[in-house]
Amino acid sequence: MTYLRPNFRHPDSPTNELGYTRQYYEGGLSTLCAGCGHDSISAAIIDACFQMNIEPHRVAKLSGIGCSSKTPAYFLSGSHSFNSVHGRMPSVATGANMANRDLIYIGVSGDGDSASIGMGQFAHVTRRNLNMAYICENNGCYGLTKGQDSATMDRDSVSKKGDVNMYSPIDLVRVAIEVGATFVGRSFSGDKAQLVPLIKAAISHRGFALLDVVSPCVTFNNHQGSTKSYAHVREANDATPVDFVPTRQEITTSYDAGTTQEVCLHDGSLVRLHKAADDYNIEDRQEALQAIAHHSGEGRILTGLLYVDRDSEDLHDVLGTTRQPLNTLTQNELCPGSRFLDSINAGLR
Amino acid sequence: MQPRQAINDFVIKFANVNGTGSASANGMFAKAIFRMGIPVSPRNIFPSNIQGMPTWYEVRVSEDGYLGRRGGTDIMVCVNPQSMDKDVKSVDPGGYFIYDSTKPLDLRYVRRDIHYIGIPFTEICLREYQDARQRLLFKNVIYVGALAALLNIDFGILKDLVADQFKGKEKLITPNVHALDLGYKYAMEHFDCPMGMHLESGRAVAKHISDFDQILMDGNTAAGLGAVYAGATVAAWYPITPSTSVVEAFDKYCRRLRIDPGTGKKNYAIVQAEDELSAMGMVIGAAWNGARSFTATSGPGVSLMSEFLGLAYFAEVPAVLIDVQRAGPSTGMPTRTQQSDILAAAYASHGDTKHVLLFPATPAECFELTVKSFDLAERLQTPVILLSDLDLGMNEWMSPPLEFDDEYRYDRGKVLDAEALDALDERFGRYLDVDGDGIPYRTYPGAHAEKGAYFTRGSSKDEYAAYTEDGDAYVRNMDRLLKKFETAKTLVPEAKIKSANTRTDYGVMFFGTTASPSYEAVEILEKEGIALDTCRIRAFPFTENIEDFIRDHERIFVIEQNRDGQMRRLLLNETAVDARSKLVPVLEYDGLPVTARKIARVMRDYIKGADVVNLMDDPALKELQS
Ligand SMILES: Cc1ncc(C[n+]2csc(CCOP(=O)(O)OP(=O)(O)O)c2C)c(N)n1
Ligand code: SF4
Ligand SMILES: [Mg+2]
Repeated sequence: MTYLRPNFRHPDSPTNELGYTRQYYEGGLSTLCAGCGHDSISAAIIDACFQMNIEPHRVAKLSGIGCSSKTPAYFLSGSHSFNSVHGRMPSVATGANMANRDLIYIGVSGDGDSASIGMGQFAHVTRRNLNMAYICENNGCYGLTKGQDSATMDRDSVSKKGDVNMYSPIDLVRVAIEVGATFVGRSFSGDKAQLVPLIKAAISHRGFALLDVVSPCVTFNNHQGSTKSYAHVREANDATPVDFVPTRQEITTSYDAGTTQEVCLHDGSLVRLHKAADDYNIEDRQEALQAIAHHSGEGRILTGLLYVDRDSEDLHDVLGTTRQPLNTLTQNELCPGSRFLDSINAGLR
Repeated sequence: MQPRQAINDFVIKFANVNGTGSASANGMFAKAIFRMGIPVSPRNIFPSNIQGMPTWYEVRVSEDGYLGRRGGTDIMVCVNPQSMDKDVKSVDPGGYFIYDSTKPLDLRYVRRDIHYIGIPFTEICLREYQDARQRLLFKNVIYVGALAALLNIDFGILKDLVADQFKGKEKLITPNVHALDLGYKYAMEHFDCPMGMHLESGRAVAKHISDFDQILMDGNTAAGLGAVYAGATVAAWYPITPSTSVVEAFDKYCRRLRIDPGTGKKNYAIVQAEDELSAMGMVIGAAWNGARSFTATSGPGVSLMSEFLGLAYFAEVPAVLIDVQRAGPSTGMPTRTQQSDILAAAYASHGDTKHVLLFPATPAECFELTVKSFDLAERLQTPVILLSDLDLGMNEWMSPPLEFDDEYRYDRGKVLDAEALDALDERFGRYLDVDGDGIPYRTYPGAHAEKGAYFTRGSSKDEYAAYTEDGDAYVRNMDRLLKKFETAKTLVPEAKIKSANTRTDYGVMFFGTTASPSYEAVEILEKEGIALDTCRIRAFPFTENIEDFIRDHERIFVIEQNRDGQMRRLLLNETAVDARSKLVPVLEYDGLPVTARKIARVMRDYIKGADVVNLMDDPALKELQS
């Protein structure tokens, strides 16, 4: 069956600079379990796009397979979307981006999708620095196939059946930094205040932006003993609050210089982090890796913008592709014509 | 036995060691014959190895214009002591064995029924060159020089070819010409030149078999160039022999032809993917987004791409895949040729899928059908697989020149742009069969602010791309896809049918590289009074004239280079005629291109009442070929 929201809009709903209401950024009605973390992430994406005055049709949504990968149906119904195959969204995104560099690419994946079947593609899209926002909705299990352990499940975390996980987990954030990611953040689906600005920053970043968002699966991995449950993440979250200041907005609030760190992104927007006492320089790869490892060693989850490299070259820069989207080039521009073929033939005689 | 005499009609084979620079000398040899205006077809038979293994180069010279493998060896040029035993044995009686006489010939290699020509290649090299690498490289050039004398190759043409080859490195021209001269003079002084089998330019050459003359080119280069002409802007690939040179050719021509003059930037993107799954994903992503995109691979890559091919079929995304077929899995045999991906390609993926296949037989067709494949993929919104093979892709073939009609416009298929969407009164239905041909309309992401966005997914959707698990909607969609496949029949290139001079109940069907030796086999039998009509299949789904051909004949030989008779099975599966008892498989799958002699032999035996023989079980033939 098809789920569509009633097309009712309150006359006083606030609009953004484009004149659109937040409702304009919504999608079909979610079919996920009530309380699923993934729905909160969809809501955060809607907020981010609404607040950033993005035209939905300038966004392309891409996903793999999983509950998480279904969610592009639940936000931005005005955007094209491609629900591809399990673990292979990065390659589809890469091709799409090569064809048209002018769209905003939002990829949605799950921990099974990214850290197991799609680990190879995840690593390679990261090292190619494809310009996209890549959101991994991480619940430590395979929601869609009914709760099997995933590769991001922490050691000693207990499954719903009561089994203790003895495998060492894959931390996508650390893998990404290792293989050359240029924007890496972690957040929690329950922390909208941090997640929305992080999504905005990820979209603004030019290059590959990973957001690993812990997103509890209420049905299969929200019990006691699970390190991906709401209760555990709320308790163990070492969150660095994040503000996002768009390009044209005047900076009004003032912060104590000692406790904030500002990062100006490629498009002129600003990310402002409210530092904790033991904070590190997020533009230093090694410090970032150390800080993440340190928190994880303590059983804590470090969230916020964890690493950024502001002036990276994206895949188009590296390949030297033309500024104009390749999908707009015409036959006249692309086809050498018969004259050149004559010279090829001559060279083969 | 007297040495055999033959003018412009023999098979010469070079036994080399991989990685010693023999390839360019051998290529020069073949090209010289080509430039003399004599039909020639050279073939590499090489190991899956970069250096040190035996490798053979077989050159067929045929005044009659036969370009397929004939079978047998008339002249063996032995530069590799490692394979000498086998090489001596493989010379046909009355043939020649040219060897390095620096050391005396081992008596075990002496046969009474062939003729020996000893030239002290190593000794000449040791005398002339100090450097070990030079000794190795120039040995090749010296034997080409000697062959020029023995076979009567125009020395001036060889000199021109050296000059062509070292354009930009002029310093190398003189030493190479000198090496040619060393071989030439030695042969002139020591032997009766030219020998019994030799070349003569200016004689009439037949052109009836195929319109072959004019250019010498490998199929992969032609396909890569075809992708440039087709306007492909995105290529994604993972290296695999024998397909690698397709993307390399695309790259090479793009660097020349696709650089924006104003900015120096590239009007194309080539991504070397982490594997074939990813390569196909990129192709699909790009095509979904409105760029023409393609990949090239071989059998193992097709296996990995299968899941994505299914998605593209169901989600109706164009994709062009060039599959340069090779033998079997793993390494070793894979550097040998086969046509064994037919079924894997036709039905690639899970669920009910069928894919459009094209079968080029010449480099000109590799070019033309690559261009065509993009039109078909976009018109039909589905994967199109071009099935070439190692023999066609990596060897140089005489081919009609490449042609391109400047009046021709790309067919980008049914795409609604912003204007068309504005004009649309009714609701846009991505999977709605508006025109009754099974092909729906699509939109590119970002085309229009309010209209045309849709959600792309494999199955579980209705005509408006909305999610549904309703069985009826699924069936409707699947049936429309079938209708679309019927439409494809009217768009793909027709089979080429040639009738014998007399009426016959016998037919022959073949495709791709099996065509040349099959046409030749048909002519061999024609001279013996056996008439056969021919049908060269060029595409799947099968065009109507293929069904008619089957209907019109009692017995049809289906000639192909695989074990299971894959094309035959596809014909049985996908044509409406009852053909099980009519289609006689003629198979070859030892990794070497099938020869005309074998094909003729099997068909002759069958027609004369013998049982169907599997070529590989025929010891007489095996002996002859070894
Ligand atoms: C090739 C393939 N193998 C297996 C599956 C079955 N499958 C569907 S979703 C899924 C796991 C999804 O887990 P995750 O990515 O974490 O998403 P979640 O549902 O937890 O959000 C699996 C194994 C599939 N769709 N395709
Ligand atoms: S199974 Fe888990 S992940 Fe899937 S929708 Fe339900 S709560 Fe969410
Ligand atoms: Mg999961």
